[in-house]
Amino acid sequence: MTLGLTGLLALGLATSVLAQDYQRPSISGIGAVAQPEQIAAWDIDVRPDGLGLPVGKGTAEDGEALFADRCAMCHGDFGEGVGRWPVLTGGHGSLTEERPEKTVGSYWPYTSTLFDYIYRAMPYGDAKTLSPDEVYALSAYILAENQIVEYDQELNQDNFAQIEMPNRANFFADDRAVSEAYSERCMSGCKAEDINIVSAAPELDVTPEE
Amino acid sequence: MTNALNRRGFLAAGAASAGALAAGSAKAANPFEPKEWGQYLGAGVDDEPYGTPSEFEAHVVRRNVPWLTADSVSSINFTPLADLEGFITPNGLHFERHHGGRAIVDPAEHRLMIHGLVDKPLVFSLEDLKRLPSVSRFYFIECAANGGMEWRGAQLNGCQFTHGMVSCCQYTGVKLSTLMEMVGVKPNGKWVLAEGADAAGMNRSIPMEKIMDDCMIAWAQNGEALRPAQGYPMRLIVPGFEGNMWVKWIRRLEIGDMPWFAREETSKYTDLLEDGRARMFTWVQDCNSVITRPSPEKPWLDRRGFHMISGLAWSGRGAVKGVDISLDGGNNWIPADLEGPVMPKCLTRFSLPFEWQGQEMLIQSRAYDDTGYVQPTFAQNRSVRGVNSIYHNNSVHTWHIKPDGGVENVQLV
Ligand code: HEC
Repeated sequence: MTLGLTGLLALGLATSVLAQDYQRPSISGIGAVAQPEQIAAWDIDVRPDGLGLPVGKGTAEDGEALFADRCAMCHGDFGEGVGRWPVLTGGHGSLTEERPEKTVGSYWPYTSTLFDYIYRAMPYGDAKTLSPDEVYALSAYILAENQIVEYDQELNQDNFAQIEMPNRANFFADDRAVSEAYSERCMSGCKAEDINIVSAAPELDVTPEE
Repeated sequence: MTNALNRRGFLAAGAASAGALAAGSAKAANPFEPKEWGQYLGAGVDDEPYGTPSEFEAHVVRRNVPWLTADSVSSINFTPLADLEGFITPNGLHFERHHGGRAIVDPAEHRLMIHGLVDKPLVFSLEDLKRLPSVSRFYFIECAANGGMEWRGAQLNGCQFTHGMVSCCQYTGVKLSTLMEMVGVKPNGKWVLAEGADAAGMNRSIPMEKIMDDCMIAWAQNGEALRPAQGYPMRLIVPGFEGNMWVKWIRRLEIGDMPWFAREETSKYTDLLEDGRARMFTWVQDCNSVITRPSPEKPWLDRRGFHMISGLAWSGRGAVKGVDISLDGGNNWIPADLEGPVMPKCLTRFSLPFEWQGQEMLIQSRAYDDTGYVQPTFAQNRSVRGVNSIYHNNSVHTWHIKPDGGVENVQLV
């Protein structure tokens, strides 16, 4: 169907362009400039170099009652964990054992992660309700229960990221491209030894029933 | 008698005969008798504005393993792989993994902010994003912990539980390279922190190289809006990388000059080795595969004769190049057929016709991808990692076909 040019003009739709003349526009005018107060409202992340730590302070002493009040029902009075809820303390030296216990103290490489995570995600089910001072105090309490800081040591925006975590040196970047570069595609006689079943799921009987 | 009553009567009868069939009863239904659905009228077009699967497929659902986690809010459910065809996962069967529950986000109250080391920090609404040039791409998503319960030995009896933390969909959204161009990334902007709007405030660091390569902000999955379980109204797509990085309900991208070492890239999603050291930033989901039929869910119970062995393969590094099948526990291998389309970082279906004479078998699949990487055995993976790394188990998996056609999850030496 074609509309006569006069018809188009009458409708105010005089944008008839030949294919060879058509200029594809670049993107513009979409999205609003983020205002400093909008960024400040959401930018809560904390890095290992301390960038993002809000002004504030707290000691384990300050954190103890708060932890008992808002955290202990799941994580236990001393971070030992209640039932199946996560254990936050202990497990030191267990990483090479048969059943390693990965906790803030035994496993985590940086203190910044503790601040960042509690501030955004805890208490579970009532997230983002803690003040910076409260998060410094709760972090101090968890670190003190892991024997990483003293009970009365004040943690603040200047010293928090400096605290060294015991397991820091044991992390390294993915090396699978080298250490697991499997490329052999054996097609026949691949198993010299006898093939035996060593475990069968039905014996454990832990699969949920219908 | 009303039409509705008739329908209910027929449904009950139908369920009963389906049960009789499954039990192999002599009183099987007779499909050649007159049927109620051939006599009475069915429902009209106005009773079901959003369609649902047949009642006879009610068993095809996501399932979870209650003992895996402390509660069902920070937990996982599994895609029923054995009942799926082709390579697409229907939206209602896509596995779910949340760290703070399934957030219900009102798009009118939701924004995506991009800021940090940029010339012009910007905020976008869903409607803003939808005005931009978009792409639609097929990708698999796999939780890094898929198969994680099998490290110490065969544990869960069903491919839904051993491999069902993987799904595959067509995602529609805007390429992140488009958005990065709009904000103008500064030369030292090498890392991006992606953050969700949910109660977990899920946050992950992603290298800028990957962001510019093939990441997207998606708002649609398989042609319709994302489901709340998958991050409605918008989520990050990080093709080939572990599912945790595909931040759902995404609200913020901050550009920085180093990674953040968030909880989900230190405490979790790092791979503890036997010597006490731990790998971090293990993003890529390596080449993996599973036979979905036969499987514990789809046994061959007393059905000798012709069968199609069928399954799914995938690789976060690229495209699946081939899949081999062993019937004897990994001693000899037969190349399977790949069913197209074969796309990079996408589930790929494979199959092999087979004549079963009732013999006991140990069947396995082994996929390899277009980078030359070949899916390893449990022995190979354990020799490097031990049994405590939780994540990234892509070991060749074994089903034990018993003489009666029953199928069990087993491990071999
Ligand atoms: C209702 C139970 C509950 C309460 C109360 C709670 N937490 Fe948690 N906490 C959890 C759960 C569940 C997780 C793991 C969440 C996940 O799976 O992502 C967790 C994780 C953590 C972690 C990370 C553990 C790890 O090893 O990765 C820290 C640290 C933590 N909580 C601190 C706190 C603090 C501090 C409080 C009090 C302000 C608190 N939690 C209150 C349930 C709780």
